[in-house]
Amino acid sequence: MSPAEPTRDTALLHIDWTRCDGRGLCAELLAEILDRDEWGYPIARPGVLRDGDDPSDIPVHPSLRAAAEQAVAMCPLAALRLTTR
Amino acid sequence: MTIVETPVAASVTVTRLLAAGPHAGLAAHLAAFGAFDPTRVGPALVRELERSGLTGRGGAGFPAWRKQAATVDAAGRTRRPVLIANGAQGEPASSKDSVLLRNAPQLVLDGVLAAAAAIGAHRVYLYAGADELAAVATAIDERTAAGAAGAKDAARITLVEAADTFVSGEASAVVGAIERGTPLPRDHAKRLSTSGLNGRPTLLHNVETLAQVGLIARFGADWFRSVGTPEDPGTRLVTISGDVPATRVLEVAGGSRLGDVLQQAGCDLGATQAVLVGGYHGAWVGAGEMDARLSREGLAPFGASPGAGILVALSSRRCGLAATAQIVDYLAGQSAGQCGPCMFGLPAMAATWDDIANGAADATRRARLTRLAEAVDGRGACAHPDGTVRLSRSALRVFRADLEQHAHGRCHHARRAEARA
Ligand code: SF4
Ligand code: SF4
Repeated sequence: MSPAEPTRDTALLHIDWTRCDGRGLCAELLAEILDRDEWGYPIARPGVLRDGDDPSDIPVHPSLRAAAEQAVAMCPLAALRLTTR
Repeated sequence: MTIVETPVAASVTVTRLLAAGPHAGLAAHLAAFGAFDPTRVGPALVRELERSGLTGRGGAGFPAWRKQAATVDAAGRTRRPVLIANGAQGEPASSKDSVLLRNAPQLVLDGVLAAAAAIGAHRVYLYAGADELAAVATAIDERTAAGAAGAKDAARITLVEAADTFVSGEASAVVGAIERGTPLPRDHAKRLSTSGLNGRPTLLHNVETLAQVGLIARFGADWFRSVGTPEDPGTRLVTISGDVPATRVLEVAGGSRLGDVLQQAGCDLGATQAVLVGGYHGAWVGAGEMDARLSREGLAPFGASPGAGILVALSSRRCGLAATAQIVDYLAGQSAGQCGPCMFGLPAMAATWDDIANGAADATRRARLTRLAEAVDGRGACAHPDGTVRLSRSALRVFRADLEQHAHGRCHHARRAEARA
């Protein structure tokens, strides 16, 4: 799917790198926007981030909001949270 | 390492911060700058700072007034903010904060106390290395003994010794060091101005920024702007090291020409192939680009910024790829090991740079560097990966010709150096 047209209140999935251990559960739950890097850590799929976006704050399309909330709840290390810009 | 601290008279140098002379005590400080009570500074300071155009001297270059205004906004009426003066010198190529704290501690105190008064700080901390703290402690004692203005508030400043690691001076690491004794950066979802030390709104300034605040509080914004350029007003301290006769700290006018600053430090421009601007998290700027101004705007086209005022000269006899490989290796070793992409990505970059420096600069390795840069940039709790990527990318640009040579297993710098030996 194509990434969200970002608006001021697009939800952002924030990754706390000091907590994440890269097992990749979130990338399974949010495969539309997340891939895993060569070490297993979640990384935005190509096209999800725009120039100037913070790679630690991944825009979440409204249609993926529920899946993102699930990823936040299921992350075993509480490394994820939903914020807005 | 010998550090020459005496300012020399010339066009680019301006003596302001160090005007009270070497190891200035209270008497020399007052003789140079005049009497001043920093505790009587009010909230109006923020407007004066805005007019002055002072930007942070610790690296990020953020407008000083904006940080202050954000802290005051977040504090509102109920939660009084804290002020942290950051003098940590984790960056090996920078000596200016040490020179400032050891030579002009009274001026730093003026700025700290003025900023604290302006925001109504609840607590004030000064974070620096042991030698620098000793100089500050002496300055505080001297104020107390003389019953000088601000002596009581100065005596209440908590002095905290900084760790000796590269990332220990990063803003959230400073908060961690003061809070828990662990100088590790933390997740940056919340701004320090909103929630910093123990959850309080926190204003963190570099000590040079605060010394400049001390001068602006005394002499005003117009005076501050009377040197430098409209885009980069005032002065900044610069540490020049590398292939120069001696490491020097100079105070230069904002927006000075890069080449002039280097020459002022005794650097032979004709024998210099590049200069690392902004420190180990900075960017290489080539010999042909010495007309660039040492300011945010002037350096932006090269992906560089003044940072903490660091210049490292690289002689034409040395190999820029080898120099870069060495720094990337050092930076990889300084990853705090908290964030996966930094912990794994930086050593991978270092290994690739090592191969390149040793003559294996094939297309595969260069592509690998490009991929690794994308995989680590912006993906850590602090800017350590981003800074490492900046350095790596700038080296690929400035040392392009050398890369071609190395790709064919040749390093003409090494050859030239051998021929001379
Ligand atoms: S689920 Fe949590 S710990 Fe696992 S990879 Fe995702 S963010 Fe990291
Ligand atoms: S990005 Fe690197 S240096 Fe910064 S906190 Fe994370 S692991 Fe430590």
